[in-house]
Amino acid sequence: MEKRFWNEYQKDIADDHFFYERSCIRQTFFPGSEAAFLRILREELGKDICDNPHQHTCTGIGYHSDVVPLETTMTVVARLFSLMSECGYENYVPSCVTSFGVFSEVIEKWEHNPQLLEQTRQFLWEATKREFKIPKNIAHPSDVIFKFRFDLKPKMKYQLVNRFTGKPLRVVEHIGCHYAKIFPEKGIGKAEFPYVLAGMIEAWGGEVIDYPERRHCCGFGFRQYLVQENRGYSIANTKKKFQSMEPYEPDFILTNCPGCSMFLDKWQYTIAEMEHKTYDKNGFGIPVLTYEELAGLLLGYDPWKLGFQLHQVQSEPLFDKIGIAYNPDEKYKGISGRLLQRPARPECLRQE
Amino acid sequence: MSNLIDYLKQDVRADEALKACMNCGVCTAICPAAEFYDYDPRRICDTVQRGDETEIECLLKSDTIWYCGQCMSCKTRCPRGNVPGELINVLRRASQELGYFTESEKGRQQKQLMNTIGKNILDIGYCVHPDKVSPDYHPEQGPIWEWYIENIEEIAPKLGANYHGEGAGALRKISEEDLNEVRRIFEVTGGMELREKVLQE
Repeated sequence: MEKRFWNEYQKDIADDHFFYERSCIRQTFFPGSEAAFLRILREELGKDICDNPHQHTCTGIGYHSDVVPLETTMTVVARLFSLMSECGYENYVPSCVTSFGVFSEVIEKWEHNPQLLEQTRQFLWEATKREFKIPKNIAHPSDVIFKFRFDLKPKMKYQLVNRFTGKPLRVVEHIGCHYAKIFPEKGIGKAEFPYVLAGMIEAWGGEVIDYPERRHCCGFGFRQYLVQENRGYSIANTKKKFQSMEPYEPDFILTNCPGCSMFLDKWQYTIAEMEHKTYDKNGFGIPVLTYEELAGLLLGYDPWKLGFQLHQVQSEPLFDKIGIAYNPDEKYKGISGRLLQRPARPECLRQE
Repeated sequence: MSNLIDYLKQDVRADEALKACMNCGVCTAICPAAEFYDYDPRRICDTVQRGDETEIECLLKSDTIWYCGQCMSCKTRCPRGNVPGELINVLRRASQELGYFTESEKGRQQKQLMNTIGKNILDIGYCVHPDKVSPDYHPEQGPIWEWYIENIEEIAPKLGANYHGEGAGALRKISEEDLNEVRRIFEVTGGMELREKVLQE
């Protein structure tokens, strides 16, 4: 009985031959994470993954800001599925958690309302003369890394262990709301006990921190951040999470949603500048990592090719705890090898 | 509009979003917007469920429906399987289509969103792109974002991106052929009509 119950918290994740859909927000703020995911799939795991040049936004941010109607989003999603069908793939992997939620919602609507599916097919044909198949499997890339976490482990050069104390690093995980709150059955561990990131942390030697506001939204809120006048909503919600996690002294925060990664990083800077408050003991802030950055870092990839220099909260104290080898002289060099002028230093958030 | 309830029910999401609310208030307890604003999703469900046309019209003209952050935490917790966050999508769409959104300060922000996110989708094929996240408008992004934007042509390729390049990759230029298909979808499905409606009001 117990075993059957737990099966409800599992999900099917394809084994190979993925169609990758890029994320507006991840490309904007964490392009190195998307590159790392493709590299891990292809070079470490030997998987086939298609990066199609004809893809575009799923409109998810516009849909949840209510500037794009449902029928339009459905048909844009159908065009993305048609690209997948055209290339002969059946397993769809959207980089963005909002996209993952949008695809799950669109497919559910089609299942509940077959006339909507037919209408979408007609709209797509009328607009583009395209046809599409619904994917056989949709998984978020964090699901894919979770599935192969034990295959990656022996390839890793580092573990989530504090080299000075020998103890596991203590990690806060933050799951994007649209990963499992809308469709709990689509997420590993459902909405209340999501295990997708916790599974990676535990497999790679770390310890997961449970804290009161673990499931609270990062505060994005779509129009609540996108309109400048509304941003108090966004930072207030993120602050609530920081206050809740602070007593547990996390070594870093791990996320699977690109928006959450950005907000949890950038709002620490803003709060520090506004209130002279940081949520670690030393004034550096708590580093925030995407799961691709974490996997890449432990596999020994160059942190400056993963994009750690774009984080406002600096990660060097974390690198030093793990023992990650890095060259500080390379941090501010561009692709040409030229040393770029260093960014300005925040007044309150310590940098080094 | 003589019958707003019938109008709302034309949206396929309406029935799934509000089946039968028993007013327990779990949605309000979990709602991040309810902590920040004077906002109560339980009351919104109650207002729509009672079907009082005058109250619904007031709701469509109010700031209230624009407070939700669309995290959808309410869907997970509602014991009756309602989705107040999705009911908000239904109300916001009707408010825009009927021109009621101009009656509230938060509603009028839809014009701004149409000119940013809505325009980005049609112009470049992305909702968000570094070229559209100006440090002047986003001081909260901090000095490293400013540094990235100033040096993006040197930094983005180092991170494996294909910034403004042809072909595949992060931040690639989306071709006119692909953009035209997206724009045509907006024309055929009502996306352009909603856009024009909001911008003209």
